[in-house]
Amino acid sequence: MTWTDLKTRLDDAGYVASDELAMAIHIALQLERPILLEGDAGVGKTQIAKTLAEIEDTELIRLQCYEGLDAAASIYEWNYQRQLLSIRASADSGTSTGDIENRIFSREFLLERPLLRAIQQERPPVLLIDEIDRADEEFEAFLLEILSDFQITVPELGTITATSRPIVVLTANGTRDLSDALRRRCIYSFVPYPDRETELSILAKRGPELSPQLARQIVGFVQALRKEDLEKKPGIAETLDWAAALAGLGLKDLTDDPVALQASLVALLKTEADQATIPGPVAQRLAGAAG
Amino acid sequence: MGAFTRHLRDNGFRVGMPETEMALRSMPLLDVGDPRELRMALKAICAADAAGYAKFDDLFDAYWHNPGRSRTEHKPVSNLNQDQGAFSNISKFLSQHDTGETGDTDTPDNDNHGEADSDGEGKLVSTETVNNDKTDMREFLLPEDRAMAERAAHRIAAAIRYRRSRRRKAARKGALIDLRRVIRRSVSSGGEPMQLLRRRRPDRPVHLVAILDVSGSMTLYARVFLAFLRGLIDVDQRADAFVFHTSLMCVSDALRDSDTLRAVNRLSMMAQGFGGGTRIGHCLDQFTSQYAGRMLGRRSVVIIMSDGYDTGSSERVGAAMEKLKRKGCKTIWLNPLIGWKDYEPVAASMAAALPHVDVFAPCNTLESLAALEEELERL
Repeated sequence: MTWTDLKTRLDDAGYVASDELAMAIHIALQLERPILLEGDAGVGKTQIAKTLAEIEDTELIRLQCYEGLDAAASIYEWNYQRQLLSIRASADSGTSTGDIENRIFSREFLLERPLLRAIQQERPPVLLIDEIDRADEEFEAFLLEILSDFQITVPELGTITATSRPIVVLTANGTRDLSDALRRRCIYSFVPYPDRETELSILAKRGPELSPQLARQIVGFVQALRKEDLEKKPGIAETLDWAAALAGLGLKDLTDDPVALQASLVALLKTEADQATIPGPVAQRLAGAAG
Repeated sequence: MGAFTRHLRDNGFRVGMPETEMALRSMPLLDVGDPRELRMALKAICAADAAGYAKFDDLFDAYWHNPGRSRTEHKPVSNLNQDQGAFSNISKFLSQHDTGETGDTDTPDNDNHGEADSDGEGKLVSTETVNNDKTDMREFLLPEDRAMAERAAHRIAAAIRYRRSRRRKAARKGALIDLRRVIRRSVSSGGEPMQLLRRRRPDRPVHLVAILDVSGSMTLYARVFLAFLRGLIDVDQRADAFVFHTSLMCVSDALRDSDTLRAVNRLSMMAQGFGGGTRIGHCLDQFTSQYAGRMLGRRSVVIIMSDGYDTGSSERVGAAMEKLKRKGCKTIWLNPLIGWKDYEPVAASMAAALPHVDVFAPCNTLESLAALEEELERL
């Protein structure tokens, strides 16, 4: 498979990838390296992982990171309630302490969390580690270990090695700087906002049925909006939402109905300050220029 | 390939053997004859962050499309990264400024111009034991005072160094029960959890970022504050320091200079080279856009030392502070004027910034700096 094949397959699955991104994914897949995707919120980083799982016809295992994420929530946890019950049950039947201990610290009592689950699949799954920069440095450190050896050590059980190497996709959007070690282990790609052509084809693929004229206007409007000084620039998801909203309102042309246009902007502008930045006349002007 | 990675390294990329190896391994995967494919592949492998990603294409063209060029001829390209804070050697950058400015910046820093109210009234008058502790900082520049300023900085840094973590660790006392250990112990007592072991949230170091105003109106305090800054930097390897007047400069590296006096002199010299106005809003904007994404998180504390006299627009200060606040960090604004009698934050920029400041405190005497310790502990 070449990178152009991959691009076509992503395309068929509804994801329009730039050449650079397709190349990065191709190399990551072939060299079995994790891929790190950076970019603003809403440019479709998470979607890449979902689409990859779709075209590889495999499971998507997702680990959402947050501050304070620890091994218990990401790798494994013992099932304490079952353990406790089991100890009581065996104590009554007179089993020796050693036997009980062996029993309750067996695989049966282990709750798998995403990372452990990902390395134990028959078929290599796509492991999405979302917003890695939200997790703290400690988590990054043990993630590094897992990503290099693909094995996990549970003190009571021993080392569990991977049955298959998952396709690892990491995403980040700059909440915190990532360590050099992690960056260097990954294939890197920066995902920018799509250009006009790309966004048009995304809209055509994933958006509602629209007239070509309206689709062009929508994309032109959103592209212009991203150049304004906004707190939260609208991403692709917002464009799609907005297109759906406009289709629902039955608008044929952006300049037709100023009131409806202004009302529909709630789908694009998600903070009060941003809504104040784009008052009616500005929206009108952008819509007029967007054709 | 090896030479190309060296070229990248010369231009601030962190690449080495693993990258070279990866690049060579990727060659069979693509049509090497097509420069575009090669460029995209190498970009994915060698670039490691957004800045590198943006720069890569130029570097690639400079190297592969101009065969036979010697390295010195690449200088125009390598200059590119001098203004990209991430990789450039800051002290080198600063020293260039130094040599450029020494001619006219060697003035001592106790000229009173630009200080409208610098008469005796400005002093804090509240004690019987009059010593240097209570003198307004404008009045001293002795080495022992500088040492004192550094000590105060050490104490303050120690006070705000830790904040509660969200992760939990095993501990003797704590809010949460550590089930894993409890179960383990209870095996021996037949499943009866006799002893409750606990977990708690340990303290975590915070990341200190100090931003010092070195404009004309602050000149008199600048030296001591620089010593203070150095004190902060000293305590914590991860701390960062900036100075600003009409533009912002990162001085962490220069402050780590082993010779305090040289560092302070070098910096104050550089700072005075620009002397004139302050553009607080502009500089804070610059900070939030250039550095904040990289260095600020929920565990950061930003200390701004400025009198709030600004030649830029005050709205901009408010907006910049709001942006800064949204990064989730704590903000402390130290204003030397608060210590003065009847001070009101009337300077427009100061008033605009106030709603976004967690602690607003005086810092015109060493004692007031030291008194901060308690307040900051509560942060």
